[in-house]
Amino acid sequence: MSAPRKTKAKGAGNVAHFKSLYVLVGFFYAFLYFPIIVLVAYSFNTGTRAMVWKGFGIDWYVKVFTNGAILDAAKNSLLVGLIATILATTIATAGALALARGGAFRGKGVSMGVMTLPLIVPEIVTAVATLMFFSAIGLNLGLGNLIIAHTVFCIPFAFMPIRARLEGMDTYMEQAACDLYATEWQAFRYITLPMMMPGIIAGATLSFVISLDDFIISLMVSSAGTTTLPVYIYSMIRNGISPEVNAISTVLFGVSLALVTIYWIASKPRK
Amino acid sequence: MIKTVKTGAIAAVMGLMSSAAFAEELHLYNWTDYTSPELLEKFEAETGIKVVVDTYDSNETLLAKLQTGATGYDVVFPSQHFVEIMVKEDLLQKIDIKGMSNYANVVEKFQNPPWDPTQEYSVPWHWGSASVQYRSDLYDGKVESLKEFFEPSDQVNGRLQVFKSADEVFTLASLYLDVPFCTEDPQDAKRILELLKGQKESVLLYSSESMTDRLANGEVVMASAWNGDTMKGRLDANENIVYAFPKEGVVGWFDSIVVPKGASNVEAAKKFLNFMMAPENIAINANFARYATAITGAEDHFEADMVGAPELATPTVPVVFAEACSDKGQKLIEKVWTQLLK
Amino acid sequence: MSTAFEKSARTRWLALSPTYLIIGIFMMIPLCIMIGISFMEQNVYGGVHPNVSFAAYQQILFETDFDENLVFDPSYLVIIGRSLLLAGIATVVTVLVGFPVAYYIARQNERRRNLLIFLVTLPFWTNMLIRIFAWLLILGRGGVIDAPLRFLGVLDADGSLGLLYSPGAVVLGLTYTYLPLMVLPIYASLEKLDFRLVEAAADLYSNKWGAIRHVVIPLTGPGIAAGAILVFIPCMGDFITVDMLGGAKNLMLGTLVQFQFSTARNWPFGSAVAAILLIFVICNMLLYARFTRAERQRSGS
Repeated sequence: MSAPRKTKAKGAGNVAHFKSLYVLVGFFYAFLYFPIIVLVAYSFNTGTRAMVWKGFGIDWYVKVFTNGAILDAAKNSLLVGLIATILATTIATAGALALARGGAFRGKGVSMGVMTLPLIVPEIVTAVATLMFFSAIGLNLGLGNLIIAHTVFCIPFAFMPIRARLEGMDTYMEQAACDLYATEWQAFRYITLPMMMPGIIAGATLSFVISLDDFIISLMVSSAGTTTLPVYIYSMIRNGISPEVNAISTVLFGVSLALVTIYWIASKPRK
Repeated sequence: MIKTVKTGAIAAVMGLMSSAAFAEELHLYNWTDYTSPELLEKFEAETGIKVVVDTYDSNETLLAKLQTGATGYDVVFPSQHFVEIMVKEDLLQKIDIKGMSNYANVVEKFQNPPWDPTQEYSVPWHWGSASVQYRSDLYDGKVESLKEFFEPSDQVNGRLQVFKSADEVFTLASLYLDVPFCTEDPQDAKRILELLKGQKESVLLYSSESMTDRLANGEVVMASAWNGDTMKGRLDANENIVYAFPKEGVVGWFDSIVVPKGASNVEAAKKFLNFMMAPENIAINANFARYATAITGAEDHFEADMVGAPELATPTVPVVFAEACSDKGQKLIEKVWTQLLK
Repeated sequence: MSTAFEKSARTRWLALSPTYLIIGIFMMIPLCIMIGISFMEQNVYGGVHPNVSFAAYQQILFETDFDENLVFDPSYLVIIGRSLLLAGIATVVTVLVGFPVAYYIARQNERRRNLLIFLVTLPFWTNMLIRIFAWLLILGRGGVIDAPLRFLGVLDADGSLGLLYSPGAVVLGLTYTYLPLMVLPIYASLEKLDFRLVEAAADLYSNKWGAIRHVVIPLTGPGIAAGAILVFIPCMGDFITVDMLGGAKNLMLGTLVQFQFSTARNWPFGSAVAAILLIFVICNMLLYARFTRAERQRSGS
């Protein structure tokens, strides 16, 4: 968060821009990453206790990579998160288009309510009721059950940013395209969708991290062989939380950091 | 290029074969770090059955999942009062445990326990006690009475950690006030509430995790405790952590191995049950989880630091096992806890 | 011109159908189950007896005291009030922090924008429980904050600021946990903003703050509202952050419901509290919708 931006964005002058803002933004990122630094530091703790420092070593990383159970759990979490994010984002995008672009129509309010419903019901209630429902209809798809449950509660998290993006977004670009004999689909594909992208990306990212962190619903809905990482970690409560959790968290964090770095380098504008 | 594809294909086929090498699977459902990987490997080697472990965070979760019809788990590990509830709720399978070859190894006083009086459902796993622990270098007393825990001195003020589970706190308080467990008398409950309200003034936090961590860091000087957890804390975190045996007694807990209805592989589950009644097997897990067993001869296989550990010593004070409360008793616990934390 | 979604009701409902299908089946039915449970009799061993009972709703306001009299008991109202207050404070704090940050990010060039946005969600690839543990280590006795103060002699050798296990720590934890849910929606709506407008407005109102107040905030209203919903409602139901940083010394809505489904094994009461919460939130959203509609009509005329 170095110097304030070079005045490039959208041709705006210096007026709309606050010089001291980067100080606040610096504090914001420091606040966000400070605990992560502590978390990563403690992953190199050789002791067996998450909160008591003993010495420096990579013991827990060795443990993580030889512990089939925790790796399986991490794999389950990533898989469920990924699929649920794709499903939820697709559903939410379609829904957001209808709601933000559909003008005022009958059933709009209700549809809004339906979209946000998974947010309102406390997790534990959803968890127990969903499990009852699944077992009542005999739905037994293993990870599939988890993916369905995650998709449901991810929908509002994907929906909100997409709708916020669409709300009040002008339609004259699409109109111009249509005037130039673009089909509606082409106008959507080449104009609307790219314009929505920041909202879709925001929504998808939120869904993914929400799914990755979910504990209660996963705990209840999971069946034999589908333990996710948060479930594995919370189940440590009885026998002591070890720096193994820090190590696997650091690994996941490292993976995402690597992805971002690759993206950052790949997106470098060619001169 | 072609070569890599070939090697890849071979590796993939071999991967498939290796998972096919186990004809059968056994699904355990337990707390994390409560089943020793070494133990499971031994079981897999002896029987050719692959063990898959899933995890839960509390007895309550386990019960709720079995009640709502979650299936596929072959073996689960509830505590004694939950075994009682599960039997009442018809969630467990009857197994001919007494007919098993290793049954004779079960310590006599734990045969036909009150929560399974005919021993048709449960095989012992581990047992232990819940009490109080403290830092001997930061606290002057020895917690000879639970008074030091429930009516703490200034030294403990703001540096006390208490279990977050209503049941356990209520039971320990009952022990101190000499009130019967699961009392149905509202006046008893009122006394317990007053006691806990007084204690709350000194409480830093209600939490059942990281008790020894906080003791080791000096964040608290006294805390609720499970004996095996204290032992791990004393060995790994701080040697001044002491497990107390107050004169009023300690609250016992006893985890069992049971087979829920809807288990998909009952035969494998039976093999596991019998396997766990062999002293050399349960000892592997005792060394891992650091809790006592109810199997004769297991001590012979204990690691050095388990032998003579003060936390595992047979208590000279009463050990009272918590039981499943009646409707009325349970309601009182709920009420006291809500009033305490409202 | 109007969009396809505006012209054709069929397109509109087609786009909405996956939502209705998924949420309708996998959320509405469980919800009906929940409401059903709230009108049943508690089974003390967990689960319910299938008999109709209003005991759960009665329990919210009335309680049999230790002398077996039915008395009015405001405990649960206090708990609900406390949750509203804390969730409200956390929402306000996240807006105050999240808005300027989103604004700053939206003003960067595209490449930096994307990077900064990813950096907001990156910490959340780690596990929540262990993030809270990191806060315990930071705020705890002799932790990352206490230690330098002890070294400097501000605190004595065993002294502590005692930051943990307090309402302040809870607000901090909630803010930390839910910040991305505020930043991202605001960013998504700010990013499309034409900053030339802001510039023009700055001339008009003769200062930047005027431009922010009269142009930027109204135009990003949907983003702020989306963020507020995503933060406020989960905060009300949160129990992990609240318990671990607050020391679980006071019940909140989330912990109360959780307690009913675990230790207390009183599913009907837990469901009833959830139902009340649901009605409360829906009423608020309806009020909000009516308010914004009225606002829009006023500004439209």
